[in-house]
Amino acid sequence: MSGATMDASGPAQGRWWIGLFLVIAVLVAIRAGIGEGMGRVYVQTESTSYASTTNEQGRVTWSVVADGTDGAVTIERDLFRTAGQFRAAESAAPGQQAIRVSWDRTIGLWLAAFFTLAVFSFLAGDNPAYKLTESIVIGVSAGYWMVVAFWETLVPKLLANLAPDMVKAWCMPNLEGGAFNPIALIPLGLGLMLLSQLTPLGRHVGRWPLAFVIGTFAGLKMVSHVESDIIEQVRATMLPMVAFGDDGSFAVWASLRNVLIVVGVLCTLAYFVFSVEHKGAVGRAARVGVWFLMITFGSAFGFTVMGRIALLAARFEFLFIDWLWLIDPKGERGMKVVATLVSCIVDMT
Amino acid sequence: MSRSVALLICLIGGLTMLVSPFLPMATGWANDVTDWFNILAAMAFVLGGGSLLKVQLMRLSARGPGWGYSAVTLLAFVVTLWVGLGKVGVVADPSAPMVPWSGKPDDEGSAFWWIYLYVMTPITSTLFAVLAFYVASAAFRAFRAKNLEATLLLATAFVILLGRTFAGVVLTGWLPDWASGLRLENLAVTIMDVFNTAGNRAIIIGIALGVASTGIRLMLGLDRSYLGGDA
Repeated sequence: MSGATMDASGPAQGRWWIGLFLVIAVLVAIRAGIGEGMGRVYVQTESTSYASTTNEQGRVTWSVVADGTDGAVTIERDLFRTAGQFRAAESAAPGQQAIRVSWDRTIGLWLAAFFTLAVFSFLAGDNPAYKLTESIVIGVSAGYWMVVAFWETLVPKLLANLAPDMVKAWCMPNLEGGAFNPIALIPLGLGLMLLSQLTPLGRHVGRWPLAFVIGTFAGLKMVSHVESDIIEQVRATMLPMVAFGDDGSFAVWASLRNVLIVVGVLCTLAYFVFSVEHKGAVGRAARVGVWFLMITFGSAFGFTVMGRIALLAARFEFLFIDWLWLIDPKGERGMKVVATLVSCIVDMT
Repeated sequence: MSRSVALLICLIGGLTMLVSPFLPMATGWANDVTDWFNILAAMAFVLGGGSLLKVQLMRLSARGPGWGYSAVTLLAFVVTLWVGLGKVGVVADPSAPMVPWSGKPDDEGSAFWWIYLYVMTPITSTLFAVLAFYVASAAFRAFRAKNLEATLLLATAFVILLGRTFAGVVLTGWLPDWASGLRLENLAVTIMDVFNTAGNRAIIIGIALGVASTGIRLMLGLDRSYLGGDA
């Protein structure tokens, strides 16, 4: 893709970004040459054998058996192993192949590091790496949710009702029941009408499934919201304004807490009543309600910031622990890196 | 005619869900309707994917600015779809080892799992992590203790941020036991337990009332905006 199609920014800015990525590449190359290197993923293949038994009802069940059992089926899976486990296995049996580098997962790790840096690069401004990453995540997300919808909903809830024998033989051998259910033709028809929105003719036909979704969702949410968000919340607010401890003595703090909660809920609700003018007693109550709302927003803001910072820390952990192998909380690699660095410095001095 | 049928479908769907908690015989209907709703929601994802495909193909064929990114999006979409629907690299489920397609598409080791772990998760979590910078920057520019309400918001945010970290313990750990309620970590708990509970409870009740009234308007056909046009 040419620069003109990828980015409309000037050549100077393009050179700046290329320079930045080159610097990062050089730093990564230097890091890769120190100590044990960096950014590798190890796996070990685990094989499990299964043998079938048939019960009196003719139902087949599979259970784990020892490897080599007659008629057993063996399934092999690659499972993650740490660098420390790899090193231990190597010291026990040099050249062993049980724990080995997984190239597909290693490439994945490096790609993930590139994507992480590309998204962070947006902090300095829009650039081709960020746009590329953005384009990828749009396509992947759309595909991901389509796949999930297909395997989690369309197959077990629709296809399993329309063609149970086929689904059973194809991908759901443990499917209960097994008769064609004509009622499933209704959601199929509504679904096809919904998909017809992609065509110019589908504007009118697409209204019916949309109306069904909206009506059902409205009914579903009305029941759940009224039950859990009105009745339960009101019930939880009915607190004793004068509270007593277990020994029968007056509990000052518990009483104050309950009074504050009841007054807070009522005053905040008063603020939300817009059909009455906010003056006089209602106005004063609404003002107190605003104070409660401000405290709620402040705490929500604090928690949001903390959540984002926790995510940021997790991304740095990924970069510095999983990819660069610079920080090593489990003591599997870091000491060797530090020892190599120290020896380099000693040699230099 | 089309609109009248749509309004009737909306009413029937909503009423079925509404009466099911009160009529035992309607529970089965509600389960069926919920399944249909889930199927249509899944179909909506297919519709979304189709729409993405259509838009990106149009941009690609028009060769407008940024068409290269459309090609990348299309490629990512098609590859994800192919490995996910084709269960590439998925091994059979232990409960049915003789059925190759019985495994889940996101089982460890599958291509779909690889895409989720190494492409989708790092990008989406970094996108959210980057918001930390923007939230902090926006707060620095916008938060000013100009009046009582703004001061309350600002002070609460500080108390929560400090009280939930070691900084809070270090800053106010010297306070004597009789004033321990003023220590930042305890203050943060009190704010969450009392003031935040009261404010949030009122907001939740308000939202629920809004949901209920909107639901009634939709079911009765008073709100027809979802039908589009001059409804």
